[in-house]
Amino acid sequence: MPTPEIAWRAIAPELALVGGGILTLLIDAFRPRVRRDVLAGLTLASVGLASWFTFDLHDKREVVMQGSLAVDGVALFAKMILLATCAMAVLISYHYLTRRRIHRGEYYPLILFATAGMTLLAAANDLLLVFLALEVLSLPLYVLAGFARRDDASQESAVKYFLLGAFSSAFLLYGIALMYGATNTTSISGISRIVGAAEPRLVFFAMAMLAIGFCFKVAAVPFHMWTPDVYQGAPTSVTGFMAAGTKAAGFAALLRVFLVSFGPLQWDWRPVLWIVAVLTMVVGSVVAITQTELKRLLAYSSIAHAGYVLVAVVSASNDGTAAALFYLLVYAFMTLGAFAMIIASAPGGHERLSLSDWQGIGQRHPLFAGVMTLFLLSLAGIPPTAGFMGKFFVFSAAVSSGETGLVVVGVLTSAIAAFFYLRVIVAMWLQEPEPGAMPLGPSPALVAGLSIAAVVTIALGVWPQGLIELARNAGIFTG
Amino acid sequence: MKQHLLSWTLWIPLGGAILMAFVPRDRVGLIRGWALLTTVGTLGTSLAVLAYFDKSQAGFQMVEHHQWIRAIGASYHIGVDGISLWLVVLTAFLWPVCVLASWNVTKNPKMFMGLLLALETAVLGVFLSLDLLLFYVFWEGMLVPMYFLIGYWGYERRVYAAVKFFLYTLLGGLLMLAGIVVLGFQAKHALGHISFDYKVISKLALSHDIQRWLFIAFFAAFAVKVPLFPLHTWLPDAHTEAPTAGSIVLAGVLLKLGGFGFLRYSLPLFPHAARAAVPYVVALALIGIVYGAIVCAMQKDLKRLIAYSSISHLGFVVLGIFVFTIQGLQGGTLQMVSHGLSTGALFLLVGFLYERRHTREIADFGGIAAVAPVYAGMFLIVALSSLGLPGLNGFVGEFLVILGAFVRNRTWAVIAATGVILAAVYLLWAYQRVFHGPIDIQENRAVRDLSFREGLAVVPLVAAIVLIGVWPKPFLERMEPSLQRVRARVVVGATAEPAAALRSTKAATQVGGR
Repeated sequence: MPTPEIAWRAIAPELALVGGGILTLLIDAFRPRVRRDVLAGLTLASVGLASWFTFDLHDKREVVMQGSLAVDGVALFAKMILLATCAMAVLISYHYLTRRRIHRGEYYPLILFATAGMTLLAAANDLLLVFLALEVLSLPLYVLAGFARRDDASQESAVKYFLLGAFSSAFLLYGIALMYGATNTTSISGISRIVGAAEPRLVFFAMAMLAIGFCFKVAAVPFHMWTPDVYQGAPTSVTGFMAAGTKAAGFAALLRVFLVSFGPLQWDWRPVLWIVAVLTMVVGSVVAITQTELKRLLAYSSIAHAGYVLVAVVSASNDGTAAALFYLLVYAFMTLGAFAMIIASAPGGHERLSLSDWQGIGQRHPLFAGVMTLFLLSLAGIPPTAGFMGKFFVFSAAVSSGETGLVVVGVLTSAIAAFFYLRVIVAMWLQEPEPGAMPLGPSPALVAGLSIAAVVTIALGVWPQGLIELARNAGIFTG
Repeated sequence: MKQHLLSWTLWIPLGGAILMAFVPRDRVGLIRGWALLTTVGTLGTSLAVLAYFDKSQAGFQMVEHHQWIRAIGASYHIGVDGISLWLVVLTAFLWPVCVLASWNVTKNPKMFMGLLLALETAVLGVFLSLDLLLFYVFWEGMLVPMYFLIGYWGYERRVYAAVKFFLYTLLGGLLMLAGIVVLGFQAKHALGHISFDYKVISKLALSHDIQRWLFIAFFAAFAVKVPLFPLHTWLPDAHTEAPTAGSIVLAGVLLKLGGFGFLRYSLPLFPHAARAAVPYVVALALIGIVYGAIVCAMQKDLKRLIAYSSISHLGFVVLGIFVFTIQGLQGGTLQMVSHGLSTGALFLLVGFLYERRHTREIADFGGIAAVAPVYAGMFLIVALSSLGLPGLNGFVGEFLVILGAFVRNRTWAVIAATGVILAAVYLLWAYQRVFHGPIDIQENRAVRDLSFREGLAVVPLVAAIVLIGVWPKPFLERMEPSLQRVRARVVVGATAEPAAALRSTKAATQVGGR
C-alpha cells in the first residue's frame, strides 16, 4: 500500500492555525506571566498567515488527501469568513477578558483550535472528517463557554452546550454509520454516486440523523433549545465567535452534505428542510419579541437568521449556495458587531444586558447608539445595509428555485423581527436615561473591531457587487 | 452639468447631511443655515430640471444609467417623466419650508436637520428610480429617518406613533420586495438574464395569474402609504404626534408615494389585474373620502383634524387614478401636488399656533383673527384651497377627478362630491371656532402675528396655491403625455393620440381658469 500523498498546500491554513495554537499554548505553559498582547499578537499573526495560505489557493479546484478534503469555492469562501470571525473575536475580547478578570492565556490557543476545526469542517469532503472537524471545533468551544469559571451562568452555559453538543454529535455519528452501512463509503462525493441505488430505508434514516446533528449545530428549530441559555451565559466575546463561526462552518458542511451527497435525493429532503426553515424563521422571530435580555434576544435573532440561510439551502442551487455564503459573511460581521457593542457598553466586569440598561443611551452617547442602530437595522434587513442585501440574495435564490412560498414566510417574519430590533432602538433613543453617569467601556482594539464591522455592514449594503461575484464563483462544489 | 442634473438633485441633500456631521453640535446657527442652504440648492437644481423638461415627450428624460450590482442586473438608473416631475419639484419646494418650520427645534438640532436632509434624498430617490431594486432601497431608506423624526422629536405619544408607522410601512414594503424579486425572475424567464430595470420589466408579458399576485404584493405597500381605508390607522397617530416638519413631510410628500406607486408600477406593469381591481379599490377610495370627512368633523384636536382630512383627500387621488380616464388621472396627479401644498401649509400654520399656545385643542382657541389678522388670513386661504374653492389649487384636482369619475360611473362621482361638501363643513366650522368669536381665554390675547421667518415659509406655499388655482395649464400639460401613456397601457383600445391629449388639456385649463 503506497503512502498517501499529503497536499501540504491545501492544509496549510489549518497548519498555520494549529501551529499558532500550539505555540501560544507552549508560551503560556512555560511563561505564564507573559504579556497577553504577545499571545493576542501571535494569534492574529497565525490567522493572517492562514488567510494568506487560503488566498494562495484561490484558483485551485480539487479534492485532495484521498478525496477527504475539498479545495473549492465553498470551502475557501467559508474559510475566509471563519478567519475574519476569529480575528474579530480576538480584537473584541482583548480588553473584555481583562475587565472580567478572566484573561488567561489558554483563551488564544482554544480560539485557534476551534477555528482550525471550523475551517476543516467547511472543507471536509468525507463524513468521517466532518465528524472529526466537528469535535475539534466543539471541544474548545465547550471550554470557552465556561471560561468565566466563577460565573454560574457561564458554568451552566458550558454544561448545557457540552451535554447537548455531545448528544448531537452522537446523532451525527449514528447517521454516518448508517450511511456507511447503506453505501459502503463515507466519501461525500462517493455517496452521491451510490445513494440513489442504496437501500432507501437505511438512507432516509441516515439522512434524518445527519440533518438532526447539523440542525443542532446551526440552531435550527426544533433543535434550538440550547441556544438562548448558552449564548446568555458564555462570555460575550465567545458568544459572538460561536454565533458567527459555528453557523458559517456548520452551514458550509450542511450545504456540502445535502447538496452533494444527497443531491440525487433532493426531492426527498427539500420538503423536510422547508418545514424546518419555516419553523426556524417563525419561532426565532416570534419568541424574540418577548425577550428583555439583550444576549438572549440576539440568540433568538441568530435562530431566525439560521432560518433565512436554510431558505437558501432549500433552494438547492448554485445561486442558493452563493446566497447562503454571502449571508453567512454578512451575518458574521453584523452579529459580531452587535455583541461587540454589548461589550463596549460598560466599563468594568458587567455589561448592559437588560433592555432597560440601554434606555436613553442615545442622548448621552449618540455615536455609540448610532453604531448599534446600524447593526440592529442590518440584522433587521433594512436597506441600505448589508443585512438587506443578504436577505435579498437569499430570497432571489428561493424565487429562482420556485420557493416563492418560503419567501413570503421570510418577508412576514422579517417584519415581526423588525419589531424586536426596533425595541432596542426605541430604548436607546426614545426613552429617557436614568439619572446618573453612563460610562462606556471602549478600548483601541474594540474600536478597531467595531469600525471594521461597521464599515463592512455599510459597504456590502451599498456596493455588494464584488463579493456577490466572488460568492457566485464560489457557490460550486468540487468532487 | 445638464446630463447629471438628476443625480445632483438626488444627492445634494445626502451630501449636505454627511457634511453636517462635521459641524460642531453647539453651532446651532450654522446648522440651520447649512440645512437651509442645502435644501434651497436642491430646489434650484430641481427648478433646472423643470426648465430642461421637454413637455411634448411621454417617456423618461434626463436619464442616467450606470451599472450597480451586475450579478443581479440591478443598475443605477434614474429619470424623470411627467408623473414624477411635479412631485420632485414639490419635494424640493417643501423641504426649505420644513427647515424654516423647524428653526426653533432645540433638542439636538444637528441630528434633526441631518435626518431631514437624508430623508429628502430617500424621497427624491423613490420618485426618480427607474430600477426596482434601487426604488426599493430608497423606499425602505425613508423609514429610518422618518421613524426618528416622529419618535425623537414628536409629541406625547410619539413612540407609539413611530413604531406603528414603522411596522405598517415595513410590512407593506416587504410584501412588495417579494413581488420585486418575482418580477426580476419573470424577466429572467423571458430574456435569459435577471433584471430589475423598469424599462425591461414594463415590456414583459405577464400572465394574468402572476399579475394578480404581484398587484396584491405592490398594492400592500402603496395602500398603506396612501393610506386607503382600512389600512389608514397609522396615519392619524403619526401625523398628530410628529413635529411640524415631520407632519409636513408626511402629508406633503410621503402619502404621495402611494399614488405615485399606483401610477408608476401598479397600472402600467399589471394592467389586467388593475382593471380587475377597479371596483374594490374604488370602493375603498370612496369609503375613505366619506369616512375621513365625517371623522374630521368630530375631531377636537386641530392636527388630528387635518390628518383625517388627508385620508379624505387622498381618496380623491386614488379614485382619479383608478377610473382610468385622462381627466381622472390628471386630476389625481394634480391633486397629489395640491394636497401636498395645502395640507403642508395647514400643518405649518398649526405648528406656528402650537409654538405660541402649546395646545392644539380647538376649544382652547377663539377670536384669534382679532389678534393675528395676517395669520388668520393665510389660514383662511389655505383652508379654502383645501376644501376646493374655485380659483385655488384644490378645486382643479378634485373637479377633474369628479369629472373623470362621472364619465365612468355617475354614482361614484356623486359619492365623491359629498366629500367636497363635507370638507367645507369641517374646515369652515373649525376655522370659525378658532378664529372668530370673542376671546374667552386670556392667553389668546397674547398670540403674536406671523414673524418674518414664518412668513417666509408660508408665502411661497400660498403663492403656489393661487398659481395652480388660476393657471393650472403648465402643470397639466407637462403631466399629460406620460399619463396618456399609462392610460394606453391600462385601458384596452385606448391610444395616446396627440389630438385628444390637446383637447382635454384645453378643457382642463378652462375648468381651472373659471
